[in-house]
Amino acid sequence: MKITKSAQSGTMQSSDLMIFLEPADELIIEIESTVKQQFEHLIRAKVEEVLTQHQVSCGEIRINDRGALDYAIVARLEAGLKRACEKE
Amino acid sequence: MVRNSLGRELPESFNGRQVVPYQDPYSLQPDCNQATRPLRRINPDQEKVLPNLREAIIAAGLKDGMCIATHHHLRNGDALLGAVVRELDALGLRDITIASSSIHPVHAELIPYIEKGVISGFECGVNGPIGEMVSRGELNCPIIVRTHGGRARAVMSGQVQIDAAFIAAPSCDSYGNMTGAFGPSACGSLGYAHTDARYAKKVIAVTDNLVPYPARSFAIQQTLVDYVVPVESLGDPSKIVSTTTRITRDPVGLQIAKYAAQVIETSGLLQDGFSFQTGSGGISLAVADQVRQKMQAGNIKGSFGCGGITGYFVDMLEEGLFQTLFDVQCFDLKAVESIGKNAGHQEISADMYANPFNAGAVVNQLDCVILGATEVDVNFNVNVNTESNGLLLHNTGGHSDTAAGAKLSIITAPSIRGRLPIVRDEVTTVTTPGATIDVIITERGIAVNEQHADLKQELQKRKLPVKDIRELQQEIYSVTGKPRPLEFTDDVVALIEYRDGSIIDAVRKIKT
Repeated sequence: MKITKSAQSGTMQSSDLMIFLEPADELIIEIESTVKQQFEHLIRAKVEEVLTQHQVSCGEIRINDRGALDYAIVARLEAGLKRACEKE
Repeated sequence: MVRNSLGRELPESFNGRQVVPYQDPYSLQPDCNQATRPLRRINPDQEKVLPNLREAIIAAGLKDGMCIATHHHLRNGDALLGAVVRELDALGLRDITIASSSIHPVHAELIPYIEKGVISGFECGVNGPIGEMVSRGELNCPIIVRTHGGRARAVMSGQVQIDAAFIAAPSCDSYGNMTGAFGPSACGSLGYAHTDARYAKKVIAVTDNLVPYPARSFAIQQTLVDYVVPVESLGDPSKIVSTTTRITRDPVGLQIAKYAAQVIETSGLLQDGFSFQTGSGGISLAVADQVRQKMQAGNIKGSFGCGGITGYFVDMLEEGLFQTLFDVQCFDLKAVESIGKNAGHQEISADMYANPFNAGAVVNQLDCVILGATEVDVNFNVNVNTESNGLLLHNTGGHSDTAAGAKLSIITAPSIRGRLPIVRDEVTTVTTPGATIDVIITERGIAVNEQHADLKQELQKRKLPVKDIRELQQEIYSVTGKPRPLEFTDDVVALIEYRDGSIIDAVRKIKT
């Protein structure tokens, strides 16, 4: 998949996350989280896993996490990717 | 550095005072007499009413380096502490210690006066922004967090000497007889202020409702009060008490409450004479509701409800499920109304409520208490002071006091909050020692402290989901992942004092 346009997914509710996706020439992953100190490494690992799975190698992905569990991260990221990779 | 019996690293002294490391909940003995204060004489021709706070500060003889106190019954609606500090500043006073019963987010208004040197320390815990800034190293102002009972002990033993207590009095006469039950700023019980009235060198009643002498009822009496200051307003009544406190609707919370009620029933304590305390949180109230139904169904007559009192406990009193409510603090409007009219609803001081160094506090008579937690650890230690980011944001309240006193102390908490698992290898800060916690209840299972093998067996017999605490922890970690520990600097910014005055933990500045 290739990120071709801006898109977002998710909410700012507690235990959810919001993801903003933009086209870019390289892969940039920015993570803000209420539990950044404890879980940034696991959030990043999960995001990278989903991106690899969908063969996304570039794009700017900004995450604002409010303590989401892994399954929510996967679901929100996949929804965001589908929106950002849609053909015009 | 020294280590206490829980392995927590403590400084040898803090803010000029020697640190006594915590050993265990019950063995430390008092080694001094009660504190004293000078006698005073008020003659028939003397008036106590002064025109304003400034005159009262001058009359009380406050000087640089002295200590003042207020109570926190007005909670986040309190305007008095801010007003007193502004007057202290206007009079050029500096290096004042605050020994109030608690500090709330509204008191963020004190921050400029801490920066300016008017306030140089807190002999009390803090809720909100001041604790946050101190934790970040943005404010230099040592804090000693105390329990409700521990504060009464500290004041009565002279460890904390209050030079002037400013007591917000929702109803007060010209000679200082006061109550919190009536008036535009009614807050109900004045439980935390009783100790201040008895031990502070000068006692100033501040009221927005001056009534003709004698007040028709009073909780603190004229013989303890030096001055009376009428003011326009004590604060914002809408923030003083919650209009209502409600049962949780969250299915997770309701499941936890159901387990808690089953644990209480299984313990065998739920019989005639049952005594009970909960907080005002949604899960606590749901437990109270379940217990109430079980008491009604079994025609059980309890002895007393205790603590911060909510409308739920008032209902139980009025239904005859309890004979007495011991009230150190009213949590909602219904409780405030009740304390003014129900004979069985009795105001008690923080000393009577929870002080470990007197001839027996009410908590010692408690059968069961329901408490919350930010984190617990595999040794059943509980943290309610610091949040997941390491910031000191919450006061202890009666947590450690009731846990130590009650026969059955139960922690109720969801297993996961915003990805954070409730059970850790080690809590960030120990508020209450695991030796005083009997059962931890989450929606995923119930962990019973080893000292209660019988209860554990009985719960298993009743097919309740009893789990070893490490097993529970692993189950939660399998959903959340294992959190990385927080990073702190070596700078100690606050001490967590156990109820007996020993130090159970230190709070350090976070790494930014």
